[in-house]
Amino acid sequence: MSALTPEELEKVRSLLHREPTQTEEGIFTVMWSEHCSYKSSRLHLKKLPTRSDRVLVGPGENAGIIEIGAGADGKTYAIAFKIESHNHPSFIEPFQGAATGVGGILRDIFTMGARPIAVLDALRFGPLDDPRHGDRNRRILEGVVSGIAHYGNCFGVPTVGGECVFEPCYNGNPLVNVFALGVFRKDEIFFGRASGIGNPVIYVGAKTGRDGIHGASMASAEFSEESKQKRPNVQVGDPFMEKLLLEACLEAMHTGAIVGIQDMGAAGLTCSTCEMGSRAGTGIEIELALVPQRETGMTPYEIMLSESQERMLLVAESGREEEVFSVFRKWGLDAVTIGRVTGDGMLRVKNHGVVVAEIPNRELADEAPVYDRPHNAKPYRPAPMEVPEIPASRDLNADLLALLGSGDLCSKRWIWQQYDYTVRTNTVAGPGGDAAVIRIKETGTSIAMSLDGNGRYCALDPREGAKLLVAEGCRNLSAVGATPVAATNNLNFGNPERPEIMAQLVEAIEGMAEACKFFETPITGGNVSLYNETLGEAIWPTPVLGIVGLMKTAPPVTIPFKEEGRAVLLLGGLGSAGPVHFGGTQYAKVVLKKMWGLPPALDMDYEKRVQAAIREVVNAGLAESSHDVGEGGLAVALAESCSGGMGAHVSLPGGLRPELALFHEGPSRVLVSTAQPAAVEKIACDHGIDCLPLGVTMKTRLRIDHHRDALVDSPVDRLREVWENALENLLSPVPALTNHV
Amino acid sequence: MRIGVVVFPGSNCDHDEWYAFSHNLGQQAEFIWHDSSSLGNVDAVILPGGFSYGDYLRCGAIAKFSPVMSAVRKFASDGGLVLGICNGFQILAESGLLPGALLRNRDLKFVCRDVTLRVETANSPFTSAARPGQLLRMPVAHGEGCYFGDDRLLDALEAEDRIALRYVDNPNGSLRNIAGVLSEKRNVMGMMPHPERAADALLGSVDGRVILESMVRSLVAVAA
Repeated sequence: MSALTPEELEKVRSLLHREPTQTEEGIFTVMWSEHCSYKSSRLHLKKLPTRSDRVLVGPGENAGIIEIGAGADGKTYAIAFKIESHNHPSFIEPFQGAATGVGGILRDIFTMGARPIAVLDALRFGPLDDPRHGDRNRRILEGVVSGIAHYGNCFGVPTVGGECVFEPCYNGNPLVNVFALGVFRKDEIFFGRASGIGNPVIYVGAKTGRDGIHGASMASAEFSEESKQKRPNVQVGDPFMEKLLLEACLEAMHTGAIVGIQDMGAAGLTCSTCEMGSRAGTGIEIELALVPQRETGMTPYEIMLSESQERMLLVAESGREEEVFSVFRKWGLDAVTIGRVTGDGMLRVKNHGVVVAEIPNRELADEAPVYDRPHNAKPYRPAPMEVPEIPASRDLNADLLALLGSGDLCSKRWIWQQYDYTVRTNTVAGPGGDAAVIRIKETGTSIAMSLDGNGRYCALDPREGAKLLVAEGCRNLSAVGATPVAATNNLNFGNPERPEIMAQLVEAIEGMAEACKFFETPITGGNVSLYNETLGEAIWPTPVLGIVGLMKTAPPVTIPFKEEGRAVLLLGGLGSAGPVHFGGTQYAKVVLKKMWGLPPALDMDYEKRVQAAIREVVNAGLAESSHDVGEGGLAVALAESCSGGMGAHVSLPGGLRPELALFHEGPSRVLVSTAQPAAVEKIACDHGIDCLPLGVTMKTRLRIDHHRDALVDSPVDRLREVWENALENLLSPVPALTNHV
Repeated sequence: MRIGVVVFPGSNCDHDEWYAFSHNLGQQAEFIWHDSSSLGNVDAVILPGGFSYGDYLRCGAIAKFSPVMSAVRKFASDGGLVLGICNGFQILAESGLLPGALLRNRDLKFVCRDVTLRVETANSPFTSAARPGQLLRMPVAHGEGCYFGDDRLLDALEAEDRIALRYVDNPNGSLRNIAGVLSEKRNVMGMMPHPERAADALLGSVDGRVILESMVRSLVAVAA
């Protein structure tokens, strides 16, 4: 448990002008925890761009909000979205940890008045075939996936995309980052503000129990052997309750009687009361004896710090309580007045009339210590800079199959088929594409979303890795024809008290800031998850970015080739790939089993032009298929484009070694098939980018030539079989045969 | 025609049904709250998908006791059209309005994907717009959709032409690939796949309309 440091305790004393009570100390501990206060990252987060013409609400609220345009009813519509991590709980108890991660982020969305319409998940685990931890990694993956499915499916929100990656650095510290997005009218936005002195403070939803006490503080400490004993710190989710809470809250908001509302997430009642008061510049007085409790004998400390799920705090207009109560009664939920808004700026907590805590709201919520942690070290690098000898491949066909069957690149169908991705009848493009696309019924616009991280690139160079991430996310959206407009980030790092880790964080934030400014995708909020270490071993720096784009609602352009005899073009060209920039590729990882050098080199200006070009190609209806060239390089992108059964015969120009030509991961490239290559080439030319004609689509085979040699020649069924079944095979390994002598 | 969509606490396809009937088919659709003991003046009733009352016990096991189900029973016994989709099918089976039971899927996992269905009979108000043998593509999304009954029941269903839909690619282990069954009087149908999710070309398939339009046409025919 991370407690207050002696200096922090001294600050508490000087704020209160006395010794804190036990309850007060607990309140300060959670509110000033890394998880709630961002004390190590706050200074640097300020570097991120947060504004644009579309941004209605930026960081600091429960979720960011952007405007998306007018609906058929003439009203302006908006979307709220955010990403949140539930890494630590998912390691301790994968099913409930992941389930409550989904629950928490959904509440962040509907507490602002938006109805959640999409969820995406970025998952990272240790390798499923890890010799020491494989069993545990498989169990964690299965638990996390069924937890997400359990919660999202029951709640009725489609889980439409995400990613799943395996690296040994996540063996003892898996990452579960959940992104959620909701839609509403601009005039329906609610804030977590306790305005109006004398207004009632109302508790709604599930009863309070002892679960999750100090979850936020747990999330702010490293893991040790004892961490596995912390199961009681993990909350238990009830998606049915959350669904009722959603419907009741939205209905109650429509009565007009609600002044402010906030969910009780991390740090529960403590966080919701002091943040609502702080934002409105008011005080809040509550009586704990009135809080609905599901266990007897709970102390004030426990009630204030409980992280029981599916609870909300709201402030209603005085005299209109009954309108609110009747809605919650209809949905069978508890709704109790537990206190009042006051004018003295204090959070005053009483238990059976006795004051147990009395803290100035603003100081508690906003005066958390801010640390400028040393970051003058070089970011920690897990790999050498020197380029090793890259041997000539003996069988590139086999290399391609190895990549397609690897954990990172294989189809994640086994995962997303367990998620209801079609509920709400908005899913234009579901999981498995470059970006998920959800239509907004009210406006004729669609929202494209992509969730991306790349710990490998960021480990080699956090700054460039973060830039590549922004570029990749924006390219994913562009590949389906959407214009990127905003983003949310989840910064997963190790212990910030170590300068070489802090340096990773600072570099990554600065790289992300530069790229987000350049690609005009302000960060409207997010989450920082530090102390992702187990037994002194930190995860790789893993920023994860959720990018949101807008497009006209139209039938989707998807990855698979559709028709025979179509031109296959590579927008952006073959790209450059020096051996130094090859060390972070999947080929280096899977085939060479090495890592070195730097991530692929990015030219942001060129990238932006490629993105503009592919958007124009897609929106002009010229692309029959479109696919971002990402991890695994061109050969993997081609193989994935063959996943619908239609193959291709392509030839690559000379210049690069075959291994590099096929598998380098240089950015700024999108693969399209088209019946009108001249029109596509014209658009590429207008944008000043290369457009390389690779070949034509053909039935049943993928053949890739280079200098007239066939580097790859395989039936597409074979490629697809390996790619589609790999994850299931990794999850149910054949037990090793013992050697009988 | 007026289509009533029942809303149980935990229903999550209620709005999708409402949208499909009102926007995709241009009918009048309205919601019926679970504790209502009257269905109002509707011409047909939809029990939508979701997790009624959380379904923590057994899918549909609580919903069958809700006040609205008494009204649905009465409506069905008077010959009214009742279509239960996904959780709605589970509720109909629990309530005894349809025979058989829906067990956990064969591989014990929730499954969401497109399936191909074969229309086994056009002799029902839910499939009259289809040709027997016609293939329909639409999504399934459920954890407990494995249709089960003893051989006597299954033989009887076949003999009475009450298996309306079968899976071509069985996603859940349903016996004899059963995806949808009819009541004895053929005015109640339960199906696990979601026709309302295949009623809009933008979303990839409009095959679900065959089911929904069959219902509307049957109602028009009765009214005429």
